[in-house]
Amino acid sequence: MIARIPAGLLVTALLVAGCGSGGGGQSAPGAPKVGLITKTETNPFFVKMKEGAQKSAQANGLELMSAAGRFDGDNASQITAIENMVAAGVKGILITPSDTKAIVPAIRKARDAGVLVIALDTPTDPQDATDALFATDNLKAGELIGRYARAAMAGRPARIATLDLAPGITVGKLRHDGFLKGYGIQDDDPSVVCSQDTRGDQAKGQTAMENCLQKAPGINVVYTINEPAALGAYTALKAKGRDKDVLIVSVDGGCTGTKAVQSGQIAATSQQYPLKMAEDGVKAVAEFARTGKKATGYTDTGVTLITDRAVPGVEAKDTAFGLANCWG
Amino acid sequence: MADAATLRAAPARRLLAAPVAGPALALVLACLFFGLNSGQFFTGPNFSLIIQQVMVVGTLAIGQTLIILTAGIDLACGAIMAFGGIVMTRLAVGAGLPPLLAVAAGLAVCAAFGLVNGLLVTRISLPPFIVTLGMLNVVFALTHIYSEEQTVTGLPPLLTFLGQTFDLGQTRVTYGSLLTILLFLLFAYLLGSTAWGRHVYALGNSPEVARLTGIRTRRLTVGVYTLAGFVYGIAALLLVSRTGVGDPQAGQSENLDSITAVVLGGTSLFGGRGLVIGTLVGALIVGVFRNGLQLMGVPSIYQTLITGVLVILAVAVDQLSRRRNR
Repeated sequence: MIARIPAGLLVTALLVAGCGSGGGGQSAPGAPKVGLITKTETNPFFVKMKEGAQKSAQANGLELMSAAGRFDGDNASQITAIENMVAAGVKGILITPSDTKAIVPAIRKARDAGVLVIALDTPTDPQDATDALFATDNLKAGELIGRYARAAMAGRPARIATLDLAPGITVGKLRHDGFLKGYGIQDDDPSVVCSQDTRGDQAKGQTAMENCLQKAPGINVVYTINEPAALGAYTALKAKGRDKDVLIVSVDGGCTGTKAVQSGQIAATSQQYPLKMAEDGVKAVAEFARTGKKATGYTDTGVTLITDRAVPGVEAKDTAFGLANCWG
Repeated sequence: MADAATLRAAPARRLLAAPVAGPALALVLACLFFGLNSGQFFTGPNFSLIIQQVMVVGTLAIGQTLIILTAGIDLACGAIMAFGGIVMTRLAVGAGLPPLLAVAAGLAVCAAFGLVNGLLVTRISLPPFIVTLGMLNVVFALTHIYSEEQTVTGLPPLLTFLGQTFDLGQTRVTYGSLLTILLFLLFAYLLGSTAWGRHVYALGNSPEVARLTGIRTRRLTVGVYTLAGFVYGIAALLLVSRTGVGDPQAGQSENLDSITAVVLGGTSLFGGRGLVIGTLVGALIVGVFRNGLQLMGVPSIYQTLITGVLVILAVAVDQLSRRRNR
């Protein structure tokens, strides 16, 4: 027992120390609060998003609260974060839903409590479950690299591998469908010789590409859901000596990814802008706190094709522009 | 005789020496700390919220406590819960089964997984760690195959009933919170005041001694795993009612969170020592930290950091006090 009581004290000491140093995220105490809930804490995309939200919150005199799931798909943590933020009296919540359907009832409760809820990056299902959506047009992002790939192939017969996200996740499906649309083919087109899920992960992207090459050695076009998957695919292709004659296209526009475009590992990528999503989202909450006017509908935060080997008929910016505007 | 005096003094001393004293003190201090730092913390609605937030992990952790008391461990509890939730929701929504039957089927499936775990542990003498590690992957895969990776929505009212609220004074309380607390009281009684409970402790302290005193240890172990599985089924119903959907991705962090709650509650990972009420305290500690830090505006990564340190501290204290007792 003697050993146990001090444990309680120790815990408290730790708690005080931990919170004292951890509280650095607050900006204006007593100011109206805005909450940001991302899918994870660690993905550079969300790190950038949080940075944008923090900057915008300071500029607009708001206090930012942030939270995240512990892994992509962690719906329970996002629900808990919504509840705690509503309890803390936030004016608005910006959320990147991990599970587009499962989060809807929790969002409904927050909106019933008078909180403005804006989806960033990923729409909820149904989309009107949130007041507004600030996001990349993922179909268009896919379409751009589809059109690019078609033009770059210049009529040569394509054998295409698609390295996708995961089943049932809207973003992945939109980009995939956009790519096919841009390339001018249907999902059951015989030129698509291999489709694998990667969860947007570099190691899984590599494995997927290795397996695709095993199945169909003649692959010459690779669509990837994001740049980590693309870099994984590149590693697999290089190991087979195929890195020079296979066209890899991707989506995201992260700094690592954009550098890979610059060095020629990836031919082209569709760049999106998480900083802008967060800044605009926070601005909308500030507006709501001031005037009571709620943001509505869909705001396209823009997408740009980045490549150093532009093809005729597809508008693009070079990697200098890409690196100046990349995230991560 | 001194024995009689010892016996009479025992309840009071047992209470003081109970492994739950340290955790309870930590919980009270944490509450005081957050109360001083956030105006919104010490309110009825906020406490109700915290209990809602810990009821799923807390209920899972009841099953986990039973297994850890036998010196076992269950890495698959969250996965089993997720599967139970998908079975309940798909049978009720997709297959159009009466909701009550769908819930019963979910509970039965969860108990069946517990039974299989128990049989593998006792009949083939596999370490619980390995059995449940394998089962984690099996159940995880089955959940994704059976659910076709789809979230199940549009649930009938019976499946979400436990998420409904009633008013207790100014505070809205969910029926699920009430059920969770009743479950803790029930298992505190079963473990503390029945022969079965004493057998579970005996088994955890020394399976050989337990066997020699006439306890049918294999049957007891299988029973504990099956009962734990059934409790995970109840957690599945709580989860479904809380989120309002059947979610194939659920349960991934809860697998380990349940162990965190048990350990923070002062139950020894080596078996035979601990209280189920300690587990409730352990779950509440995590919930209070999560809620309190969020109210203070501390980023959630610090919650993970602090929870990790607390777990290590709790086990260190358990080890140190064992050494002292020797």
